[in-house]
Amino acid sequence: MGLATAFWIMAIVAVAAALGVVFLRNVFRAALALILCFITVAGLYITLSADFLAAVQILVYVGAISVLIILAIMMTRDVQRGSPANKKMRLPALIVAAALLGIMIYTVTQTAWPLSAGAPLTPTTGALASQLFGEGGFILPVEIAAMLILAAILGAIVIAREK
Amino acid sequence: MAIGLTHYLVLAAVLFCIGLYGVLTKRNAVILLMCIELMLNAANITLVAFSSYIVPALLTGQVFAIFVMVVAAAEVAVGLAIILAIYRGLTDIDTNNINLLKW
Repeated sequence: MGLATAFWIMAIVAVAAALGVVFLRNVFRAALALILCFITVAGLYITLSADFLAAVQILVYVGAISVLIILAIMMTRDVQRGSPANKKMRLPALIVAAALLGIMIYTVTQTAWPLSAGAPLTPTTGALASQLFGEGGFILPVEIAAMLILAAILGAIVIAREK
Repeated sequence: MAIGLTHYLVLAAVLFCIGLYGVLTKRNAVILLMCIELMLNAANITLVAFSSYIVPALLTGQVFAIFVMVVAAAEVAVGLAIILAIYRGLTDIDTNNINLLKW
């Protein structure tokens, strides 16, 4: 019961914050709405008993990515004429998004998912560590991800620095 | 009514489509990146929901979600660097006016 209440609160706040990102005129307020959406997604992870991912969501998205986005908004401040929408594109985009949403909801509700009866594993941190670094785990993708982060940081520095 | 897998999937679909609408209509490049983050978060919700409802003992979906977060962090760093470089050259980040590669 408590879980259901938590889910509905998180879901409503997340959708409202996402609508705020798209429809708020002020770019900075849109960024704050995005941060609220990230926090509610972390709450949703907790209701799914993914405790480690919830912490990572707060650290990476609320901590790092939102700071980067707000920094970019500050650096491009004098073009801040709000976030105008393409007038021509509004109706086609609405049709495309609504059609995709309808198709996805139809598919999701019509499919018979092979649900498992077992309770989710908690706490997940140790199990995730052995999945990522253990024998027969995802160690190669982890190293590729490290290379990707390194390349992205170097690329960002090279692109953004003053000549 | 108990909360099930379908609830999470529908919520993720709603978030994804809001992000898609934003990406298709917005003209401010920073807002575009924010909407892409929204869509990646929706995908992450589905991964974690599948993980805890279909393979609760394996955590595979959560591992995928971690990799999605890594790629999202790299993407936002490079994307914002590109936006700053464009702003330095054109003093504008309106995607209607960034048409150097268009003929």
